[in-house]
Amino acid sequence: MAHTEKNILSITDLSIGYGTKTVTKGINFNLKAGMLCGIVGVNGIGKSTLLRTLGGFQPKLSGDISLNGNPLEKISTTTLSKELSVVLTEQPASKNLTVQELIALGRQPYTNWLGTLTTEDKQQIQASLDAFLLDELRNNKCHELSDGQLQRVLVARAMAQDTSLILLDEPTTHLDLYHKVQILKMLQELAHNQQKTILFTTHEIELAIQLCDRILILDGKEHPFGDPCQLIEQKHFDRLFPSEMVQFDGKTGSFKVSK
Amino acid sequence: MHGSRTYRFSFVLMVLALLCSWLLSISSGSITIPFADMLSTLFGESPKIASWEYIIWDYRVPKAFTSILVGAGLALSGLLMQTLFRNPLAGPFVLGISSGASLGAAILLMGTSILAGYTSLSFLGDITLSIAASIGSFLVLLTVMIVAQRVKDTMALLIIGLMFGSITSAIVSVLAYFSSAEDLQRFNFWSFGSVGNLSVNQLLLLGSIVAIGVVLSIASIKSLNAFLLGENYAQSLGVSLKKSRFTIIIATGLLAGGITAFAGPIAFVGLAVPHLTRQIFDTMEHKVLIPAVMLYGAILMLLCDTLAQLPNSASVLPINAITSLVGAPVVIWLLVRKRKMMF
Repeated sequence: MAHTEKNILSITDLSIGYGTKTVTKGINFNLKAGMLCGIVGVNGIGKSTLLRTLGGFQPKLSGDISLNGNPLEKISTTTLSKELSVVLTEQPASKNLTVQELIALGRQPYTNWLGTLTTEDKQQIQASLDAFLLDELRNNKCHELSDGQLQRVLVARAMAQDTSLILLDEPTTHLDLYHKVQILKMLQELAHNQQKTILFTTHEIELAIQLCDRILILDGKEHPFGDPCQLIEQKHFDRLFPSEMVQFDGKTGSFKVSK
Repeated sequence: MHGSRTYRFSFVLMVLALLCSWLLSISSGSITIPFADMLSTLFGESPKIASWEYIIWDYRVPKAFTSILVGAGLALSGLLMQTLFRNPLAGPFVLGISSGASLGAAILLMGTSILAGYTSLSFLGDITLSIAASIGSFLVLLTVMIVAQRVKDTMALLIIGLMFGSITSAIVSVLAYFSSAEDLQRFNFWSFGSVGNLSVNQLLLLGSIVAIGVVLSIASIKSLNAFLLGENYAQSLGVSLKKSRFTIIIATGLLAGGITAFAGPIAFVGLAVPHLTRQIFDTMEHKVLIPAVMLYGAILMLLCDTLAQLPNSASVLPINAITSLVGAPVVIWLLVRKRKMMF
């Protein structure tokens, strides 16, 4: 499989931040097609800043971001919309949209100037509805949905956008354990079945260890990246939090409160 | 998609309603003209009384068309603003855009004679008036837009809009204090709002301004829909934020500014009509909403104008008062009934 050899996203010595304030520097990692990757790290370390930088919402400070072989900053907004989709922490501005209308907006990069949906667009929308178990809710308004359902709708919209890379900022916050697992499993299926590269920030380290193909740990220094098992063996999770408060158990892949 | 058929039915009904209210508006006025005679005059026959032809063709028909342009344009500008600011309470009046137009008109009508020291109204044609009002509304709209970039809180934005309104009315008061009674009266009449008294040329000019606004809005349909998700999402969908924001602002400024210039500040149509329209057209798709709010706005304006005529009486009430009397309760009703105004 030649195409799996190619890097979808390639980050080299990246520094991120705002203006003169560097939040994090020296980030390096590569992602291939079909990989689910979680970004973990303590609050304020720059997880969201990294995602916003990769999404093109704020400029990088230095280093290289390459998407499908092209430097991110050289890709036009129109082209980028066909290569990269996002799920942000912000709520959709209008919750008066129906589930189907919101997902249909994901097809905008492909529709004509009036936004007319073709048969292919409709198939893609239907596939997204099915994949995220939203078919019965299709005519519901977004304000009628629970947090878990709305999150599924937002991810389904990103899927409908049919991009090689999907970025999600904390897709599991405000959800109960069941819905956290549900959304992450759906992301895993999407990545593996459709060869999408999915990168998300999360505080659910234990779930990420179980479900992700790769994990990037933002620790403010080395930013280790790799297979979750490797990272456990190299004791990277042990150093994530102060050990007098929380300790990592490598055997079970879970955190325990220090007694 | 589901429901497109019912929308077609609703559209047919609304076009019929528009036609009826147009006829109603033409048939009402200080001089009673029998309906049959009015119809035959409209179809080109000479009526029994010669002056009827003049009344219908030179006064009532242009007035009815002005109402249509004003209602449709203001409603559209309200829809554009609600989507652009992602705020259900946005509208030309609330955000101070009408006040901006008032200020432009006031400076032109009252300020120039104070500054220049002579009454120069003779060279101040109506085109100058509409340009002044449009510039005023553009300036306020741009300021609100810049503030909106910094202040994400929508409530703060509305309060800022109200403050702009206060500032402009204060400046207008100062101008009024120093201006001659004649200029003051001219400004007062303008501020009552009126859809009558437009010449065919003025009507054509207003029509062109509204047409440009409509074309720009139609060209923005896709980005308007994307803005429903928020600006970041819109950008990720390939929308060029600067360009689309600019286009929408120009469209809003032309519509709200141009209409306010010719018809005076007319309250609540821009704010209330999009919400009323969504009671019938339960969608956020701008492809449906743009024609729907324009039809609804035109119908409402024609009906308000008919009310303002006070049937069988020579008096004409200020149209601005009528739209406020109709529009304000609607907004209150929406807030009470739905608790939350959604857009």
